[in-house]
Amino acid sequence: MTDKATLDALEALLGKLTVSEFRGETRVVVPRDQLFQVLELLKTKRSFDLLIDVTCVDYLGYRDAVDRFGLVHQLANSVTNERIALRTFVNEPDLNIPSAVPLWQGANWLERECFDMFGIEFTGHPDLRRILLPEEFTAHPLRKDYPLQGRGERHNFPVLSRDRG
Amino acid sequence: MPLIPTMTRPTLLGESAPEHDYQWSLNFGPQHPATHTTLRIVLKLDGEIVREAIPDIGYLHSGFEKIGEHLDYNQYVTVTDRMNYISPLANNVAWHCAVEKLLGLELPKRAQYIRTIICELARISDHLLCNGAVALDTGAFTTFLYAFYQREVLYDIFETLCGARFTTSYTRVGGLMYDITPLVIEKIRTFVKTFPKTIDDVERMLNHNRIFVERSKGIGVLTKAEALSRSCTGPVARASGVARDLRKDEPYLAYKDFDFKVCCATAGDCFARYLVRQAELRESLKIISQALENLPAGPYSVNIGERTALPDKKQVYQTIEGLISHFELSMSNRGFEVPNEEVYSAIEAPNGELGFYIVGDGSDTAYRARCRPPSFIHFATFPHLIQGHTLSDVVAVLGSLNIIAAELDR
Amino acid sequence: MALEVPENVVVSKLDELASWCRKNSLWPMPFATACCGIELMATGASKHDIARFGAEVFRFSPRQCDLMIVAGRVAMKMLPVLQRIWQQMNEPKWCISMGACASTGGVFDTYCVVQGIDRFIPVDMYIPGCPPRPEQLIQGIIDLQDKIQKGGTINGDEFNVASRQLRPRPLLELPVVTPPPAKQMGLRV
Repeated sequence: MTDKATLDALEALLGKLTVSEFRGETRVVVPRDQLFQVLELLKTKRSFDLLIDVTCVDYLGYRDAVDRFGLVHQLANSVTNERIALRTFVNEPDLNIPSAVPLWQGANWLERECFDMFGIEFTGHPDLRRILLPEEFTAHPLRKDYPLQGRGERHNFPVLSRDRG
Repeated sequence: MPLIPTMTRPTLLGESAPEHDYQWSLNFGPQHPATHTTLRIVLKLDGEIVREAIPDIGYLHSGFEKIGEHLDYNQYVTVTDRMNYISPLANNVAWHCAVEKLLGLELPKRAQYIRTIICELARISDHLLCNGAVALDTGAFTTFLYAFYQREVLYDIFETLCGARFTTSYTRVGGLMYDITPLVIEKIRTFVKTFPKTIDDVERMLNHNRIFVERSKGIGVLTKAEALSRSCTGPVARASGVARDLRKDEPYLAYKDFDFKVCCATAGDCFARYLVRQAELRESLKIISQALENLPAGPYSVNIGERTALPDKKQVYQTIEGLISHFELSMSNRGFEVPNEEVYSAIEAPNGELGFYIVGDGSDTAYRARCRPPSFIHFATFPHLIQGHTLSDVVAVLGSLNIIAAELDR
Repeated sequence: MALEVPENVVVSKLDELASWCRKNSLWPMPFATACCGIELMATGASKHDIARFGAEVFRFSPRQCDLMIVAGRVAMKMLPVLQRIWQQMNEPKWCISMGACASTGGVFDTYCVVQGIDRFIPVDMYIPGCPPRPEQLIQGIIDLQDKIQKGGTINGDEFNVASRQLRPRPLLELPVVTPPPAKQMGLRV
């Protein structure tokens, strides 16, 4: 569902393009240092004015995975209904990604959530702090090495009993 | 023993002292009647005028996305019910549409029609509650009761359909849980006949009601450019002039067979959002009656050869393929074959674009099940919308954005 | 054979009257977090009317309520808020844990959902269901009313009815007791 013109423009910017298509969706792999230029190109030249989603996948233990974290930006064009998905791969310890907030305001909270859940840091984000979990929480829960039941944070509270509560 | 809940300390107010000493902070929530369930806003007020609003969410964060990595594709639908619990059928349909896109399944016509009908019923349910809650918060209690009464009628329909009032879990991979019975069709027909009167009643009560109009016109204005920049979708964006509706732009299920209009407004304020939702109620009724008239006969799940949906009992007991298929699906170490791929699929939920990003890894549990929640993205626009308005407008704006805390926090 | 009259008849009757008044005007404090909150609202709406049972108004201020209905899952970030609100409520107070998530954590055995609020708050009545139907909530309130009637106030201190603390036995089983000499009991003779 991505126009050929968009892919040509991306190829002009990036050189060789790693594109894959699955079930009608086009996914382009973008190297991390060119991510902001790609986003800017798509927004200004190809009028992808809606940032649908910014999310992350932890590929620890995934079959045939090379890098650990894959960031996905879903973009859409509200006029022509074109969609594209951009994937960026990062590895520990350097988890810095350029932030999309200068281009789309909607990226603000989406990136905060990625930081909260995975620990990805977005350079250029105006206010990068935890959003869904309390500030005192130390781990990044959606990583694959964090257990589902947690590490005891959920029951770390004082108990109120009937006579002293 | 004094208890100082450390996690509710207002650590987000920042280090700077207010420049004027008549500025004060008010904590709105998380336990407050007008925040529909748990969200918290720290308001910095200058008298009654809001200078800054700092939202603080996460009071209902339950780890939905982490659970998605441990539950089957069919088990996870019970969890999706609990996301936007005002219109759970829409969430069920969204999840299974995404799974079926990953598996590459094509649903039979009857299943598509039934899913369309339940999506529209969920939309009616959601808009009724949203408008009812906006009315309740601005003082019109009668409208809230009218809306809730109609929702009880809808609950009765859902209960006859699948046994539960609202945590329905009605869809399965490849189709539905059971077929729709003639009794349900009868009840929906009665509902379609009697519901327009309620819409008219509500509009008669609110559209020219001076209090309601003054509390919502011109309040919380979201311009079209802002709506696009802040990723708004659904009625919130349509009320600002963004004419985008996934049912028309990227038709899924059986929407291309129906004739309906996309409701938009240009003002972008709370009143426009209310009007858009009211208009969408009428369009939904049109879709439902068209779908009921043309409901095709046929199977309600995909072919048993696809090995994804549980076959009919008749097939299980009388054909060997049915028996093998049933056995393979029920045994936990054999499931359906999922490609090692990632897919994103969205539907037009009542609140906006509800999408699921699923990463499959060959087993019958998702490797990553990400939900793109419209409420989360709309709540991020709140500080911008409330700038310069008064404290009483906070409630009106919050209600018109239709923030459901479970979808917000997941 | 003399029939023993239970001590403090007047006071115990007053206690029953007080319990009757309390149970029939339980004003709920709805701590509605999630889906159960919608069923709570539906119970308060016109089809299943909770006002019939005395829960006339849902006061959202903890200072004015005596029954806290925790409806919905309680996340880790919300629990201190729950505790603070429980502390702000005045005695006598009761707590209903409505739904599977409030009682045990429900479907959500995750890193951020408290597995049952009774780990941190004293709970008087548990209502299972996901979500419980309004009729189940009403049955829960009726059962809580029975509990209030039988149990009196929280620890019975107000009317000092000591017999309420003992296990109730049929009257005939009570042994015939000769009271100790008055001087020993500390009474002025």
